[in-house]
Amino acid sequence: MSTVVDPVLRVRDLTIRTRSVELLRGVDLTIGRGERVGLIGESGSGKSITSLAIMGLLPDNVQATGSVRLGERELLGTPERELARVRGRDVAMVFQEPMTALNPTMRIGDQVAEAMLIHHTQPSRAAAADRAIELLEAVRLPDPKALVRAYPHQLSGGQRQRVVLAIALANDPALLICDEPTTALDVTVQQLVLDLLVRGVEERDAAMLFITHDLAVVANVCEQVAVMYGGRIVEAGPVNEVFRRPRHRYTQGLLAASDLAVDPHSGQLRAIAGSVPAAGRFPEGCVFRSRCWKATDQCRAEPPWTGAPHGPGYACWHPAQSEVIT
Amino acid sequence: MSDLTAPGGPAPDLAGDRSYPGTLLVGCALTGVVVLLALVSFVWTPYDPGLIDGLHRLQGPSGEHLLGTDKFGRDELSRIMVGARTTVFVGVVAVGLSVLVGVPLGILGAMGPRWLGELVGRLGDLVLAFPALLLAIMLSAVYGGSTLTAMIAIGIAGIPTFARVTRSGALGVLRSDYVLAARSCGLSAPAIAVRHVLPNVSSLIIVQASVAFAMAILAEAALSFLGLGTPPDVPSWGRMLQESQELLFVAPRLAWVPGAAIALAVLGFNLLGDGLRDRLDPRLKERR
Repeated sequence: MSTVVDPVLRVRDLTIRTRSVELLRGVDLTIGRGERVGLIGESGSGKSITSLAIMGLLPDNVQATGSVRLGERELLGTPERELARVRGRDVAMVFQEPMTALNPTMRIGDQVAEAMLIHHTQPSRAAAADRAIELLEAVRLPDPKALVRAYPHQLSGGQRQRVVLAIALANDPALLICDEPTTALDVTVQQLVLDLLVRGVEERDAAMLFITHDLAVVANVCEQVAVMYGGRIVEAGPVNEVFRRPRHRYTQGLLAASDLAVDPHSGQLRAIAGSVPAAGRFPEGCVFRSRCWKATDQCRAEPPWTGAPHGPGYACWHPAQSEVIT
Repeated sequence: MSDLTAPGGPAPDLAGDRSYPGTLLVGCALTGVVVLLALVSFVWTPYDPGLIDGLHRLQGPSGEHLLGTDKFGRDELSRIMVGARTTVFVGVVAVGLSVLVGVPLGILGAMGPRWLGELVGRLGDLVLAFPALLLAIMLSAVYGGSTLTAMIAIGIAGIPTFARVTRSGALGVLRSDYVLAARSCGLSAPAIAVRHVLPNVSSLIIVQASVAFAMAILAEAALSFLGLGTPPDVPSWGRMLQESQELLFVAPRLAWVPGAAIALAVLGFNLLGDGLRDRLDPRLKERR
């Protein structure tokens, strides 16, 4: 988010729409080398479609405009053949559901090796198989030499997610996208997987885009954060800044509803009134207007971005005044 | 940060499920007998199945002729054994044709552009709407009745079923996260089809193949019974059934021997299909 000189990922004015519905509008995102950025928001706010756009995996029936640059390469409008060369080598992804992210009919070792053989980052099958064992060892899986011959159903969810992580890191990507990588896991395994993620990214000096709705995880893992609602980024900045002094009312509500801000008197969380509208049902002007307790007539107009262009800032007509949340 | 040296949970159970459902065992046994009969017939039969013996016509089962003889004095058991050959041959070729054409069509229909999927679907409807028997009668009217015509007709009639089963299975697989993951690794569409889609629909195809095999046996018998399939000089279960017709009240044995053979073979392949489905489908595993 900060003013990075030579960013790994630079998304500018990314707008995605189906024939009738706008899914994403004017999304800006910058991630520098070794930087970890959290993308937070409720379900349906456009987090996952953003990650798919960066991977070039958008479904056929949507149109994307704007710019997604990975290093020096513009990804929007790039033919599939070229995108395939980037995917898995320069940018890799860890998915939410480890139970379904592995092919049930392929041995673990083959799946890890495949990632390297596609991009010829290992000279031979044997070399890729050896490297697969190393990678599985690096994600602390027990007995990797035997594990390469196992099938996914023989592993637990946490173990599978570590295999997925090993696959994602196999080609030392410059950018790792994690789409709610710990949501489906037991709490006890979550921390281990998070630690492995951070360590894997740090070792490679890779950038990370961490998509989640768990604010505590973002506070734990990321340095920068972007808050998404209704297909727009409503607030962005350093985690410390945004979580301690949220300016946008949605961020404020989100924090109040998270376990980072348990009311010390009642021990209860404050929920945001209402629920996320379906795609295309967001109000004109400020997208959060329909659920905001501070909304006025002024909010019928779209709030401008306050702060650094493409950098830290917020889009709200009635921002919170640097108040520290209780 | 948690202790990174902590072992990652219990070591996975690498032994796997080794149990086999009863239907699978019975199915295997029955189909095994049919295949075995066919194989043995190449090296040994009790008598020459074409040997006409006027002295021993229409004999009942005896030590000499285990299943008796037909109206020409030919040994019934020998004819059943050689007939098994025809049955297995027709099944393999017909189902092979259906699989070789139907499965790629199904995968193409699932992975290709939308219009191609629609085209495959509609063409399949067209073939399905046309009775298989009528197709076979048409083909043998044009090219003459032979085992080959029967096999091709049965094979063609089976293509849409395989295309459809494969397509619906492939559509499910294509929606899965591991295909998305494979795409996110940069794997090309043909590679995804071969390495991810095909292995994951193969259980569906195997099950469908065993059922189709049973149907092919029945269809071949029906066609031979109608005189459109295997020529008279080659023993075939369907033809034996047909020849028994005029002697139904004199020697009913001549009807029920090939009839029982057909029924058991069909039952065997159906049970095999059921058993394979139970064994291969992980979702059904829990219920056993």
